[in-house]
Amino acid sequence: MQNSKIILTEELVKRFPVGGGYFTALNKINLSFGKGEFAGLVGPSGSGKTTLLNIIGSLDYPSEGKAIVMDQSIGDLTHRQAARLRNKYLGFIFQTYNLLPVYTVYENVEFPLLLLDTTTTERHRAVLDAVEWVGLTDKLKSRPGQLSGGESQRVAIARAMVKKPEVVLADEPTANLDAANSHHILQTMEKLNRELQTTFIFATHDEKVIQYLRRKISLEDGTVVNDENLGNEK
Amino acid sequence: MLKFLVKGILRDHHRSRFPILIVSAGVMLTVLIHCWVSGVLGEMIDTSAAFATGHVKIMSRAYAENEGQIPNDLALSGVGSLVSELNQDYPDMTWVERIKFGGLLDVPDSNGETRSQGPVMGIAVQLFSENSGEVERLNIEKSIVKGRMPRQPGEVLISDQFAEKLDVSPGDQVTLMSSTMYGGMAMQNYIVVGTISFGVVAMDRSAMIMDFTDAQIVLDMTDSAGEILGYFENNIYSDERARRMVAAFNMKYEPDTDEFAPIMLRLGEQNGLDSMLEYISSFIGMFILIFVAAMSIVLWNAALIGGLRRYGEVGLRLAIGENKGHVYSSMLLESVFIGCVGSVIGTVIGLGISYYLQTVGFDISDSLQNVTMMIPSVFRAHVTAQAYYIGFIPGLFSTVLGTALAGIGIYRRNTARLFKELEV
Ligand SMILES: Nc1ncnc2c1ncn2[C@@H]1O[C@H](COP(=O)(O)OP(=O)(O)OP(=O)(O)O)[C@@H](O)[C@H]1O
Ligand SMILES: [Mg+2]
Repeated sequence: MQNSKIILTEELVKRFPVGGGYFTALNKINLSFGKGEFAGLVGPSGSGKTTLLNIIGSLDYPSEGKAIVMDQSIGDLTHRQAARLRNKYLGFIFQTYNLLPVYTVYENVEFPLLLLDTTTTERHRAVLDAVEWVGLTDKLKSRPGQLSGGESQRVAIARAMVKKPEVVLADEPTANLDAANSHHILQTMEKLNRELQTTFIFATHDEKVIQYLRRKISLEDGTVVNDENLGNEK
Repeated sequence: MLKFLVKGILRDHHRSRFPILIVSAGVMLTVLIHCWVSGVLGEMIDTSAAFATGHVKIMSRAYAENEGQIPNDLALSGVGSLVSELNQDYPDMTWVERIKFGGLLDVPDSNGETRSQGPVMGIAVQLFSENSGEVERLNIEKSIVKGRMPRQPGEVLISDQFAEKLDVSPGDQVTLMSSTMYGGMAMQNYIVVGTISFGVVAMDRSAMIMDFTDAQIVLDMTDSAGEILGYFENNIYSDERARRMVAAFNMKYEPDTDEFAPIMLRLGEQNGLDSMLEYISSFIGMFILIFVAAMSIVLWNAALIGGLRRYGEVGLRLAIGENKGHVYSSMLLESVFIGCVGSVIGTVIGLGISYYLQTVGFDISDSLQNVTMMIPSVFRAHVTAQAYYIGFIPGLFSTVLGTALAGIGIYRRNTARLFKELEV
């Protein structure tokens, strides 16, 4: 892997068409992430956190410059290739959990594996492992409607982790959670990061999240204003 | 994956119940109408074939031109040799001779004075010939209301309604007054041995059924007949074969310029049946088309609403790494499933009602008092083999079309937007 950097941006610019002109949401971002990082994009609302996370997640593409994820240049990928990249290497965690209401916890976690070539036994093993990581083994048969917010977000973490991705992208994962639940899921993610060497990248302005970060990248108006190592012990 | 989708459909009632309801209703109506129309058409064709047109019919050219007036003076002569020729050329067909005639039926009292009288429509068929099959074809024996079958010359049956009007009972004598083939006066006494009701509107008003030979005698029609009717084996009409036969037969007699030369007509060429069949089948086609369109629009809307509800799911699936084509095709697959389930339910219900209407039937005789066409007075549905699958055409087509239209919106939108809409 190129310099063991699994994510790299070079002079990354993202503009959105607004009215007759353009709005520049990201302006010349140069960042790189290595394997096993526990990093956060921090900044006020509208600073470009989500936009950057989406480009890294190959859900959107750069207007200028480069974003390279797992040696693939996001701007040059077809829809199909981008889907393949997400499928193989990336996991997502959302502010609103986005669990599928008609499926059980087990089925929600199993879902990403259905897109990969896996056997039923492999899937079964992987789902049970993932659910165990987040401590919800006793809720396997529950539906999302029967879970608390914290439990729902833990299911979402299990779903993101079940295929053991290289990178998990988490956009405001604690926004809908109380303090106790926030700490709980952050500890869960930290543990997974340690045990599986999964890279976590957060977008957040929650102090509770920032406490756990080992690297804090501050964004303001689409530019990186600070990139500091917080030295939280691994 | 398929199992996963099916689970979703089964558990999400919003996704399944309404569309399945719509599809079932549409499919049910399609099946029902198909069975109903098939039943009505089939019965009309059978009745018309048995009583009036045959599967094919031979008349003299002149008679054919004025058929409505029953012009027996223009009847075919030399029918004996013609029929044996036909039997030789088409050995698997049944050929029967008939004479229709108009006249007056007079009922005398004990002094021989007229007690009552009325115009009569006579049909003379080969009652006493075993291989003519006429008694079964016209279902005469089972249609007798009072009395019995004629057993010998001079015995006749008349319509039950007519008998009531004339106050005639089995055993009474009646006098037929008509005109012979050569324009002379024809008068003959007969014994009414039974009354009859065919369930065919035009036949039940004032008909008299007599033996063919009796009619030949009274009407002075030796070796002549108004018409020769041909029936296919097992009474199953084949239009293709009828067309070929008619073409060959008429070709053979083409050089003959005589207006009394025979001409053969197919069932559909008579009484405007062809155009009626065409009209009805285009009516059904149109009906199904309108149905598909209306159902598609409703299902399109249902799918749109369903799609909006499932934005989260779509966004999530994209994020997880499913490509848009796959999401779209899985939605289509779901719609195929829903279309199938709805079609099965609709077909089952439609067939159920059709079977009921096939056994019970629908009496229309009251509204057809003045109709002279040979149509049955009780219509029934007929469950055809087609009825088992015809509903799947609109059922599947409309769900898939509806979903395809709704899905285009999702398909067109770019991933980032879909994803953004997910971040509500
Ligand atoms: N599709 C779009 N079209 C136009 N402008 C957009 C679009 N997406 C984002 N923007 C703009 O880009 C800027 C950055 O948006 P982004 O969502 O990345 O902010 P954020 O840092 O995630 O904010 P928050 O903390 O509120 O989530 C905002 O001003 C936003 O209005
Ligand atoms: Mg954001």
